[in-house]
Amino acid sequence: MSGADWSDPRPLSPHLQVWKFHATMVASISHRITGSALYFGSFLIGAWIVALGMAPAPGETVPAFYQFMDGVISSVFGQIVLVLWAAAVLFHFANGIRHLLWDGPAIGFDPKVASAWSVFNFAFAAIGAVALWAAATML
Amino acid sequence: MSVAQPFKTPAGRARGLGSAKEGVGHYIKQRVSAIALIFLIPWFLFAIMNAVDAGYAGARDWAGKPWNAILLVLTFGAAFFHMRLGMQTVIEDYIGRTGTKQALLILNTFAAIALFAVSALTVLKIWFTAGA
Repeated sequence: MSGADWSDPRPLSPHLQVWKFHATMVASISHRITGSALYFGSFLIGAWIVALGMAPAPGETVPAFYQFMDGVISSVFGQIVLVLWAAAVLFHFANGIRHLLWDGPAIGFDPKVASAWSVFNFAFAAIGAVALWAAATML
Repeated sequence: MSVAQPFKTPAGRARGLGSAKEGVGHYIKQRVSAIALIFLIPWFLFAIMNAVDAGYAGARDWAGKPWNAILLVLTFGAAFFHMRLGMQTVIEDYIGRTGTKQALLILNTFAAIALFAVSALTVLKIWFTAGA
């Protein structure tokens, strides 16, 4: 069934709006959102690597494109993107380990454990991203 | 499901053949690359922070060291493979129109492989020209 061919007039069963809120569903969609964001972030990492691989033009010590990338990274906008990128990496990392523990040894399915673990993953990502930013800025 | 299945060939339907036994292939690849990334991502985070901090010359020294270059290529390989698989699932889930979906799936594959080729070859270039 492709979506463009949908012609069934019967109502869809209710979904998102009938569920009681719980932390695991936010963690679930956040895994997908952070994964998609990291997809595009990896192209920025690729751009930085390309800049690093360039040789300086005659008269330069640092290639112009590397200077440009460095300027973007040091700007307020660049720093915000970096902190959000770090938060996305750390969340996807922590939540991904949980997915492996669910799929392999089947650990963590108990509702209370799953909820607490979801909250932990968000806290880990937020605190970790700020800590990495502080370490990179101050050390 | 009464809708015709356009991907099954008439010969395949006539012979009554089932799946190609690759149903869990995507699932396993996604998880095996995730296991590799458990080790590679912590290294990458700390290494890239130090490299960016070291400036152009310092970062080139860092990327030109054999182990750093090898780990960079492994990280790119696992990460870009993993993200291609993940984006494939997102496209399959949210894009209903068959033509758009197929175009995006192809674009996803091309983009991930191109990103790997460019990034990995750049690292190799830095490594092989280091100290030269």
